[in-house]
Amino acid sequence: MNKPPRDWLKGVLSAYDTVVIGSGLAGMTSANLLAKLGHKVLLAEHHYNMGGMATWFKRKGGHVMDISLHGFPCGMIKTLRKYWTQDISHRVIQLKNVRFDNPQFSVNTSFDKVDFTNILRERFGILREVIDEFFFTVRDMNFYDEVVMTTRELFEKYFPGRTDVWRFLMEPITYANGSTLDDPAITYGIVFSNFMDKGVFTYQGGTDHLIKEMKQELLRNGVDIRTHCMVEKIYVDDKTVQGVRINGQDIQCKSVLSNSNLLTTIEQLTGEEHFEPEFIKEVKKVRLNNSSCQVYMGIKTGETVPNVGDLLFSSDADEYCTDKILSKDVTSRTFSFYYPEIRPGTNRYSIVSSTNARYQDWANLSESQYKKDKHDLEQTTLDALDKYVPGIRKKVDHVEASTPKTFKRYTLHPSGTSFGTKFEGLKISRDLPNQINGLFHAGSVGIIMSGWLGAANYGVIVANETDKFLRQLTPGLVTASA
Amino acid sequence: MTIEEVRQIILNILADIAPDEDISSIDDNTKLRDQIDLDSMDFLDIVMELRKRFNIEVPEKDYEHLATMAGCVSYLTPLLKDRPLAS
Ligand SMILES: Cc1cc2nc3c(=O)[nH]c(=O)nc-3n(C[C@H](O)[C@H](O)[C@H](O)COP(=O)(O)OP(=O)(O)OC[C@H]3O[C@@H](n4cnc5c(N)ncnc54)[C@H](O)[C@@H]3O)c2cc1C
Repeated sequence: MNKPPRDWLKGVLSAYDTVVIGSGLAGMTSANLLAKLGHKVLLAEHHYNMGGMATWFKRKGGHVMDISLHGFPCGMIKTLRKYWTQDISHRVIQLKNVRFDNPQFSVNTSFDKVDFTNILRERFGILREVIDEFFFTVRDMNFYDEVVMTTRELFEKYFPGRTDVWRFLMEPITYANGSTLDDPAITYGIVFSNFMDKGVFTYQGGTDHLIKEMKQELLRNGVDIRTHCMVEKIYVDDKTVQGVRINGQDIQCKSVLSNSNLLTTIEQLTGEEHFEPEFIKEVKKVRLNNSSCQVYMGIKTGETVPNVGDLLFSSDADEYCTDKILSKDVTSRTFSFYYPEIRPGTNRYSIVSSTNARYQDWANLSESQYKKDKHDLEQTTLDALDKYVPGIRKKVDHVEASTPKTFKRYTLHPSGTSFGTKFEGLKISRDLPNQINGLFHAGSVGIIMSGWLGAANYGVIVANETDKFLRQLTPGLVTASA
Repeated sequence: MTIEEVRQIILNILADIAPDEDISSIDDNTKLRDQIDLDSMDFLDIVMELRKRFNIEVPEKDYEHLATMAGCVSYLTPLLKDRPLAS
């Protein structure tokens, strides 16, 4: 007997102030804030889980694997406290042991300014004044600055020819936001400075706990949350948002805040015909950021892993090189070690290996080749890990890999992009409401606004604009002027 | 609202945004940023709070007027002077 399909929109209202498309950290944070500001918010997510890239999965044998909980800057504590709850922010803990191991150097660090300064002096022999000036320059980089310098030029200026120093400064950021030496230096400077402030932090309880807490808070604030709900269309008339179509059903709204990919929002959900041709010309220039592969390794019940570091940037490549980092022929990996402290009381360990990857390297393989390549990825990762955790094959009882195709399937990002778009996407994202009244985008764009902190904060910035828009629709808002 | 009341409202907003800071000793003529740990997101919060509590919109070009307590008070008092103190 076939059960009738469940109606995931049962009881939905016919109209909302805002429909938020997607429950990534940007979408959830903006939905929460808009609801707290008094607006009627519908949050629609196509997947059965919320969180977007901030996600996890469970496997037989009690394994829980985190996807993007390798670490975030301490600024996340404040963001969680201000836009979520005290309790959530109190769960943020520091990861103190970050390791590098490559043919150029092996270094342990707490990944903050004080320790980096020491290492740059003692290990790399850089003069104190140069280090201070470098830190001052990157700290001072501002999102509103004119883009002039690339990261390569920045490094050339302060550390000419010192590819070992470049690697030390750059490799972690490449993993954190997909940026390369040829991206604007500001994309490097802002993210690097955020980390250098106090180090790398994580969430005690794991991603599943965080997202569960966020969901409760969204419900307390009155957000109408709908999972299994695909937004198929944003209706626009007379340059103004009218509503959306979700799972075939039309719903009216005054504004849309899309956490779906920027290009998808413009080209597919809204339709190019609603934008100025000049704007679309700029949209066509927006490059997507790269994607990722991961290998998840679950440690058997009762087995342990010695503390070999929280984050380990390991590489066999002679020098830092973006092409090599992206290559399917993997030489560089980031290992995240999840010890029992991450989920107190469970006494379980897991290890996740991440590599940056290109969608096109994985998209067009035959089914058997795809399977084989995934299997090879798992095996070579275990081989590489054995150097740090001898006998790893005897300790694991679950190994599984994900590829750019996996990320695309779950988050709908074109080419499975892990970090949204390159720098030029930010301007387009900010400009959407000038093209169409009531259309907003928040989510990883421009490299700067990606990562957990960047996405959540961007959600706040755009929620502020959405709130302003909604309040202007009813009389009473007084614009101040000096 | 009197000037004192406007000042108190700004202090209340700051206390919510930066609960760990001592705001009782704020000097009115020194930049807020130099006295308490405020970043650009915090200034955005002030703007959102003003909109939420008083329906006042501070345009982006005017954010600089919020840099000091004295600046906040003289910028906001003309808008708030005819309003009763919100409960
Ligand atoms: C492998 C990997 C590791 C990472 N590690 C870290 C890390 O250690 N630290 C860190 O800070 N960041 C990390 N990141 C980056 C970080 O996870 C992301 O930048 C951030 O989570 C993105 O949030 P977002 O709000 O932009 O949206 P996303 O997480 O991309 O979410 C978008 C949501 O929208 C939904 N959606 C899209 N279209 C529709 C539609 N039409 N209808 C309904 N729903 C839709 C998707 O299903 C998804 O839930 C990592 C990313 C990856 C891929």
